[in-house]
Amino acid sequence: MNERASASQVRVALPYHLRNLARVEGDVLLAVATPVTLRAVLDALEARYPMLRGTIRDYGTGQRRAFLRFFACAEDWSLASPDAELPEAVAAGKEPLLILGAIAGG
Amino acid sequence: MSSVRVLVGTHKGAFVLTSDGKRKDWQVSGPFFAGWEIYHMKGSEADPNRIYVSQTSGWFGQLIQRSDDGGKTWHQPGLPNEAIPPPGPPTALPNRFAYDTTAKPLTTHQWYDGTQHPWEFKRVWHMEPSLDDPDTVYAGVEDAALFRSTDGGENWQELSGLRGHGTGSQWSPGAGGMGVHTILLDAINPKRMYIALSAAGAFRTDDGGTTWKPINRGLRSPYIPDPNAEIGHCVHHVAMHRSRPDVLFMQKHWDVMRSDDAGENWREVSGNLPTDFGFAIDVHAHEPETLYVVPIKSDSEHFPIDGKLRVYRSRTGGNEWEPLAKGLPEKDCYVNVLRDAMAVDTLDECGVYFGTTGGQVYASADAGDSWTPIARDLPAVFSVEVQTM
Repeated sequence: MNERASASQVRVALPYHLRNLARVEGDVLLAVATPVTLRAVLDALEARYPMLRGTIRDYGTGQRRAFLRFFACAEDWSLASPDAELPEAVAAGKEPLLILGAIAGG
Repeated sequence: MSSVRVLVGTHKGAFVLTSDGKRKDWQVSGPFFAGWEIYHMKGSEADPNRIYVSQTSGWFGQLIQRSDDGGKTWHQPGLPNEAIPPPGPPTALPNRFAYDTTAKPLTTHQWYDGTQHPWEFKRVWHMEPSLDDPDTVYAGVEDAALFRSTDGGENWQELSGLRGHGTGSQWSPGAGGMGVHTILLDAINPKRMYIALSAAGAFRTDDGGTTWKPINRGLRSPYIPDPNAEIGHCVHHVAMHRSRPDVLFMQKHWDVMRSDDAGENWREVSGNLPTDFGFAIDVHAHEPETLYVVPIKSDSEHFPIDGKLRVYRSRTGGNEWEPLAKGLPEKDCYVNVLRDAMAVDTLDECGVYFGTTGGQVYASADAGDSWTPIARDLPAVFSVEVQTM
């Protein structure tokens, strides 16, 4: 944790390469304005860690990169509207928003 | 005491190899950006401590990295690593390559099936720092376009006259995509620049990048509908000697070519090469008529003939070639040498370097007469550049 947790903060779990890029260990904690939507979380993430701009959402289209997925409270939010409110447990910082890279295995 | 810094971009990170001017003992640092594809990295001649890197990933897209201390530390231009960003909209967008959509018809190009397809940014293939300003740098990108930054890579603007000169809508990707992979700056005429892209051909600007013309007359490609077409040729790489920027050498898909009039006309100089397919080509630092290629068996088999890795050298500007084998694998070698994976240093006895898809980097401190692996087990090498200090 690189910032002090509070009830109003959102936890985001980044994939390995993005943690390295942001130079953080573990989850990141972000103050996110309500309502806590996917767009609001990503906006806050990119504002705090500008080196992540373009790595999660395409610069040109603003769309989620094809090989990344979003999960919250064991549900796949990848195809949800970016303006839908995330679960209360995520908004309260009890559960993280997971950003995962697709596993290209065989 | 002189020294040499070899910048190696690989499939899984960047490496910096350093030696003194004897070029016998090498230190390897890296991997930097471990796990990311490093298509190209190149240092500024105006400030050797300034190095630009294209860092890319199928998952996370394109990043630009920069070093201001010769490769010891890196950051995305305009984005200090540790600082809390100031409030307000960002002023540096170093990873944003936005096509100019104000000048039509620039919106589509030809797709594999003959239909028109939207231009889509994918990655930066090549970075070319200005010869005299460390903050000016060019980027050749896929889908094919040329970008320029004048603030050290913090922001990029497309030189859209390249795509917009008239044939852009006819450009079509090759098997490896449609990227601007070669950028050559004219050291004598600062308004002149050459680029090459797959699979359209070579182009030249004489006004600093505002307007462009195809320079493919003399290229013959039997595998396209019109073998002598103005565009559509699969140019793999182009090289020049700094002192003679009107003389160009080209490794085409098949054929090694030469132009003596800034690309207006080309003639084949493959001569006695065992195969004239290949990717890499470069010119000796002090002998403008001495050039190097690495013949590859064919477009179906991307490895050396008979498993013997050979550099071929011509001291006559082409046509007459000699194999250089001392120190290179004599058998069972089935690697490739990619287009940006050969470079030369400028020490008195010119050094020549190339990297392979098998992860070896070979160096010659005697202009190619003998070779030594200076790194043996890196990830597949995409690019090799050399800084002489």
